[in-house]
Amino acid sequence: MTARIRPHSGAPYARIMSVGSYRPERVVTNAEVCERIDSTDEWIRERSGIVERRYAAPDETVVDLSVAAAEKALAGAGITADQVGFVLVATVTHPYQTPSAASEVAYRLGAVNAAATDISSACAGFCYGLAMAQDLVRGGSADYVIVVGVEKLTDWIDLDDRATAFIFADGAGAVVVGPSDEPAIGPVVWGSDGSQHDAICMTQSLIDYRDNGGPRFPTLSMQGQQVFRWAVSNGSLTAQQALDRAGVTADDLDAFIPHQANMRITDAMIRALKLPEHVPVARDIETTGNTSAASIPIAMDRMLSTGEVPHGGTALLIGFGAGLAYAAQVVTLP
Amino acid sequence: MSQEILDGLAVIVNEVAGVPVADIQPDKSFIDDLDIDSLSMVEVVMAAEDKWGVKIPDSEVKNLRTVGDAVAYIEKSTA
Repeated sequence: MTARIRPHSGAPYARIMSVGSYRPERVVTNAEVCERIDSTDEWIRERSGIVERRYAAPDETVVDLSVAAAEKALAGAGITADQVGFVLVATVTHPYQTPSAASEVAYRLGAVNAAATDISSACAGFCYGLAMAQDLVRGGSADYVIVVGVEKLTDWIDLDDRATAFIFADGAGAVVVGPSDEPAIGPVVWGSDGSQHDAICMTQSLIDYRDNGGPRFPTLSMQGQQVFRWAVSNGSLTAQQALDRAGVTADDLDAFIPHQANMRITDAMIRALKLPEHVPVARDIETTGNTSAASIPIAMDRMLSTGEVPHGGTALLIGFGAGLAYAAQVVTLP
Repeated sequence: MSQEILDGLAVIVNEVAGVPVADIQPDKSFIDDLDIDSLSMVEVVMAAEDKWGVKIPDSEVKNLRTVGDAVAYIEKSTA
């Protein structure tokens, strides 16, 4: 016979309780990047809006960066590590096939009761993780979830490639998601378009590198114009759908926090969205570079800590990148 | 050459890149004369696609060297 399984359910809603970030210490200027590529400070600023970025130390790992950001988020949430039921780490730069970065992050945080796994959705990874965290809390599978967005992209880019070297950088951001009596994370609008899987990809697989060698270890490559076009057209559409599904208008927003891909993409997206001028826009890329999965929580932390946006304000988040994968949602800021 | 498409394109280029409308003439090169970089060019193309309901694939964009090239392509696509 089929035994009746006891039903279970979680919190009515979920919210972001806190955010923390870690920007590595070493500042790398455009001038330093241009020591290895044929470019100029002016060209880089014009094409990307990046003035400087942060590089992790050679011995700093993806796990180290994650723990540094997650410890701050945990402290901000006012919960203890053993209350955490799940640790999600969004990253594409953890240099091991297994085990996950998340398992080690959970262990080092003291999250002894947490399940843990990694999310491989590149620059959309944080928004993917946030949507999953909300469902874990509302579904009753975890009381509290830590979502980390982290990258050490400097290990996986070609510092001699003038198309990508100036864009990418290292960093980590984390949030704690927990129960809420009021809706505070809107419905996610997300997807992936595998037909464009080669728009942002690795130059070769590690197996090909092992078997065929060749001069170059696999690194990230990107079709800039193709990605730009997709990000602006798909991104503005997705962002608008996230607003519509949350029942919020652009006029209601206290912040627009898109993935910090390129200042030009952000500007084009603002135009396409017809975002009102009074809405503050994350422009953290200027001093942090593109940190893929980490960029949204790092930018969120900065906007809150500088007072540019209010705690409890309403923000539109959108991540988009390799896959091509994308996800957007409206949230109440911690 | 369609004056109407030229005028429409001039408005788009002006909005995307701030180039004065009067400077946007058929013989002008987007890159060399109007200082439109590759990313702005993508934005111009996207706006043109919306306005005239045409498709301008990435592979075609690099062939549109001058304003006249773009007008001719849009004219041909809408014919």
